[in-house]
Amino acid sequence: MADQPTALERFTQGILPENPVYRQLLGLCATLAVTNSMKGAMTMAGAVLFVLLCANVIISLIRNLLKPHLRIVIFTLTIATFVTIVDRFLAAYMYQMSKSLGPYIPLIIVNCIIICRCEVCASKQSVFTAASDAIGQSLGFALAMASIASVREILGTGMFFGFRVLPAAWPDWVIMVLPPGAFLTFGLLLGAVNWVVAMKKSEG
Amino acid sequence: MNTSQQTMPDSGNRIFNSFLVQAWLVLLLASFFGATLAGIQLTLSPKIEANKLNETIEKVPELILGTENASAMAAQNQKIEIKQQFFETNVNNQKKIYNVFQARMDDQTAGWVVKASGQGYGDKIELLIGLDAPAQTITGLFIIDQKETPGLGNNIVKPVWRNQFINKSTRQHLTAVKTKASAPNEINAITGATISSRSVCNIINQTIDNLKKPLNDAAVAHPKTSDHQQEKK
Repeated sequence: MADQPTALERFTQGILPENPVYRQLLGLCATLAVTNSMKGAMTMAGAVLFVLLCANVIISLIRNLLKPHLRIVIFTLTIATFVTIVDRFLAAYMYQMSKSLGPYIPLIIVNCIIICRCEVCASKQSVFTAASDAIGQSLGFALAMASIASVREILGTGMFFGFRVLPAAWPDWVIMVLPPGAFLTFGLLLGAVNWVVAMKKSEG
Repeated sequence: MNTSQQTMPDSGNRIFNSFLVQAWLVLLLASFFGATLAGIQLTLSPKIEANKLNETIEKVPELILGTENASAMAAQNQKIEIKQQFFETNVNNQKKIYNVFQARMDDQTAGWVVKASGQGYGDKIELLIGLDAPAQTITGLFIIDQKETPGLGNNIVKPVWRNQFINKSTRQHLTAVKTKASAPNEINAITGATISSRSVCNIINQTIDNLKKPLNDAAVAHPKTSDHQQEKK
């Protein structure tokens, strides 16, 4: 497989050209659900980084033993293990955060970003490439989460990371921290990203 | 096409093709991951349990004495003994177990904190109710967990609203009213969140109905309990 992207390409692709949220439209359940505060969004991004990195490395290590019809079972098994580890760690060391993220940490198990990376990259490429792919994709995910969460938290509560950034007179746009705000923000930002990409293409 | 699978139907190949043998990697990984998770669960579960308990115990002094008194006591390094108890009630043949924290000062019951929960507008609301020793007056209210609508129902966590409950008598049921509360048993409902406000009142009413007598008895019957299983805070 000579045409597989190199480790560096995998890393940079994950951040913008193949951003998991804005370009691949994967993992949107978590993206929409936990982006009403920066803290929650960043904890989620951290959890995804850990799970994706560990799953990619393990899958890449055993990639020569995988059988085509059993590979999805093994992906899910590996992902579920690391998600459970993250979930227990959050409950033990970040109890309040674990409560406020609720079911969305366990739901990383079915987050398509991770199973997609196992399938596309880790099951075919070396450990180093798989790891850099995991980090690149997670950074892309974190960037996307941060962009949505900062819009929603600032407009919805006047705060950023829990610190007040808009004057107290700001009338909180409560709808931004509610589910409709997630769809509005995500739709507008996605439109903006697509517009920029289209502009670049027509220029080039 | 997959010719290798269609040829050679001998018995050795059948064993090789059986599902169990093919799945050796799945089985191996499953046992390995299972063991890892069991280890993590064993290591972390005491900490997780302690987190849940601490969340409640930390709130006990201010729920019984009020925020100012509690911080004054903490500053003077005075300690309240907190003892966890379970009260079982039997209403309409439905058993319900309440998690109750007894606060003791100078060998007397200073008050009770009851963990109660019930249906809110969005999801289950979990709260802590502070009561005085004879369970006649509410001394505090704290919302541990809620998933009410942000901006409306989740205002129940705000001290301004919660403090209305302080010093309410347990003799009458509390009601949430939309107009300005005038009667002693009335609570101002949050604008736009009448159901959340009413849910909190209902949870409190029901808990008090079930526990008022047992708590009152317990406070009087055991003026001095032995030192065993007392948790010092």
